[in-house]
Amino acid sequence: MNFDLSEEQQLLADSLKRYLANEYSIDARTKIVASPTGWSETVWSAFAEMGILGVPFPEEHGGFGGNAVDVMLVMEALGEALVVEPYWVNVGLAGRLVARGASAEQQKAILPSLIQGKRKLAFAHTERGARYDLQHVGTRAKRGGSGFTLEGEKRAVLHGAAADTLVVSARTSGSDTDPGGISLFLVDRDAAGLTVKDYRTIDELRAADVWLSGVTVPAEALLGAEGRALPLIEDAADYATALLCAEAVGAIRFANETTLEYIKNRRQFGVPIGSFQALQHRMVDMVISYEQARSMSYLACVKVDSAPSAERRHAISAAKIKVSDACRHVSQEAVQLHGGMGMTEELKVSHTFRRLTTIAQAHGDADYHLGRLAES
Amino acid sequence: MDLNYSTEELAFRDEVRSWLHDNLPADLRQKMESYQELSKDDLLGWHKILAKKGWIAPDWPEEWGGTNWNVVQKYIFEEECGYAATPPLIPFGLRMCAPVLLQFGTEAQKKRFLPRIYDGTDFWCQGYSEPGSGSDLASLKTRATREDGHYVVTGQKIWTTLAHYADWIFCLVRTDPNTGKRQDGISFLLIDMKTPGITVRPIVLLDGSQEVNEVFFDEVKVPVENLVHQEGKGWTVAKYLLGYERMGTGRIGASKRELARLKELAGEHMKDGRPIIEDARFRDRLTRVEVELMALEITNLRFLDQMRRTGKPPGADVSMLKIKGTEIQQSLTELMMQAVGPLAQAFKPMDAMDFDHFTARLAPRYCNMRKATIYAGSNEIQRNIIAKATLGL
Repeated sequence: MNFDLSEEQQLLADSLKRYLANEYSIDARTKIVASPTGWSETVWSAFAEMGILGVPFPEEHGGFGGNAVDVMLVMEALGEALVVEPYWVNVGLAGRLVARGASAEQQKAILPSLIQGKRKLAFAHTERGARYDLQHVGTRAKRGGSGFTLEGEKRAVLHGAAADTLVVSARTSGSDTDPGGISLFLVDRDAAGLTVKDYRTIDELRAADVWLSGVTVPAEALLGAEGRALPLIEDAADYATALLCAEAVGAIRFANETTLEYIKNRRQFGVPIGSFQALQHRMVDMVISYEQARSMSYLACVKVDSAPSAERRHAISAAKIKVSDACRHVSQEAVQLHGGMGMTEELKVSHTFRRLTTIAQAHGDADYHLGRLAES
Repeated sequence: MDLNYSTEELAFRDEVRSWLHDNLPADLRQKMESYQELSKDDLLGWHKILAKKGWIAPDWPEEWGGTNWNVVQKYIFEEECGYAATPPLIPFGLRMCAPVLLQFGTEAQKKRFLPRIYDGTDFWCQGYSEPGSGSDLASLKTRATREDGHYVVTGQKIWTTLAHYADWIFCLVRTDPNTGKRQDGISFLLIDMKTPGITVRPIVLLDGSQEVNEVFFDEVKVPVENLVHQEGKGWTVAKYLLGYERMGTGRIGASKRELARLKELAGEHMKDGRPIIEDARFRDRLTRVEVELMALEITNLRFLDQMRRTGKPPGADVSMLKIKGTEIQQSLTELMMQAVGPLAQAFKPMDAMDFDHFTARLAPRYCNMRKATIYAGSNEIQRNIIAKATLGL
């Protein structure tokens, strides 16, 4: 039993936090959000320079070969600063698919440029009506000529418009909800027949709806074995969920710190409102939620790399239940304790509220994971 | 980062586990697992087995019988006891009076009392709360006036756990009623329960159990050598004890055992032809408690690790373990009672009959465990402590 961070972990986390403290104020973030693309080239380059884009990837491609706990520290810092750049999608989700499922040649083509900040990925998977069911894939891929032709629609593809390459799930056999028959394809952003419509999300990220209309890709675009992508997708989803828990922990930490500061300084009836027991006890419960969520985020990140899949699923679902509950609890209370100010765009806490709101139901809300735990 | 115990810690856990397996008498375990009330003999019986093994007072200095275990070993030991369903160790002598004597007592007091606490000769109880002084302890009124080498004590204590078994009581009493601060003028006295003028009256609780009492003092003569620390400095002693809370206060081991039992029960009792555990509404409630318990175990280990690394005694963190730990304990008793549905109404047979005694313990236990969020500093007081000590509010 040891909760110590290694020297390297500490250094990485410290330098990232220092950078974000200097360069990623809420004002800077607001400008980025309002920009046409909704993310900052400068910030992304800085991430590449710091090396955080390569944390979990093999050293032969320029990465650090780190484990999920290493990435967890990055995610906590990003959550605290409320970073809108597509780190989680690239490193935690689509990057994981490539690192775990792609051929050596594909990895060589993609990972170095991803780590250097020159190429961005997104994962086009969710479809209308699929909800959180990972095996619900209606998009079809038909063999033809020397490759495949893709036909279908994808919804809420996070950072889809920012991506140079989309990892697209499509069915090479079976019906819409069969576990078998799902394949993954690497699709260029400018492929003929691909339409990507960008929109802003409530938490100020970008997402896209994607139409694939007779998109042809070569045989080499197939990522992993044909028709057997589901375990790969499940692994990446669990990995990304564990990291999302860590992002939530960082955001919750900020929400608690800023709320505590607010109730110490805000005076009513001639005293700080933090002197009122009704508020003190609510603040304490927020702190307890944070500590419990943090413990479960640790569990998820420790188990996601190494545990057998049943144990991994159990830990991830348990963690997401606790974290989703804590997201809702802390974000709602943070706004309430800030009073009217918590309702305004002006304070960062209202932005943190929105991010926590979406994290609570991203990659499975608490109800979904309660169900998944019951089945395991 | 590693959430698992080290090889040495695992070896220690296995040693404790197998010793408990071999030495916990079957009748005691059975009583514990079926939630029966324990007699004084049951409690002392287990105390003496542990004392003989040398494991009764891990926290004490080695010269007085301590085990010299580190914080993690102490925690493992407590969790294993909970998991094995050992009878509780009554803390008033071992974990309250003894640490006070070790810190503030004279050599004569230590020599006189500690060995008898260790081997179970003296059964202690705690005289803190009074009818008008619960969470607001400093408002206590029991008076002690000094006359010819004695204190003469008059007043009343309440909620005194197991006073009807006790040989001795340690009390906070007011020796000086005229101080500016209420915390001043309080003294810490050790009182022999056989002294004339002491009356113990049981308080029957909502589950029909008798574990707490009122204790009346009518001009009870206590020799001055039974004063601990200085006269008027009892509040210092009381505060020291508050800081002496243990890291095992979350009672993870016992709750894990209860959770496993709850799952068994919910697998046996049916709803619409299926076990109630497969009912989504019931299952979700159970899972949320299970998740809180998983989280609390890791939180507890994090605090332990922090304590081991910094050497700092647990502060307000312990308050969080108490709040969450007791909430989980209460939820488990509630779900167990709910798992058996309408059968939970059963309480006591009026005549000889074939009666399901186990099921009939579930509702009383639910009733009884409402105490957990009230005793040892109510959960609201614990929130006050965190607000003040950790958050600076």
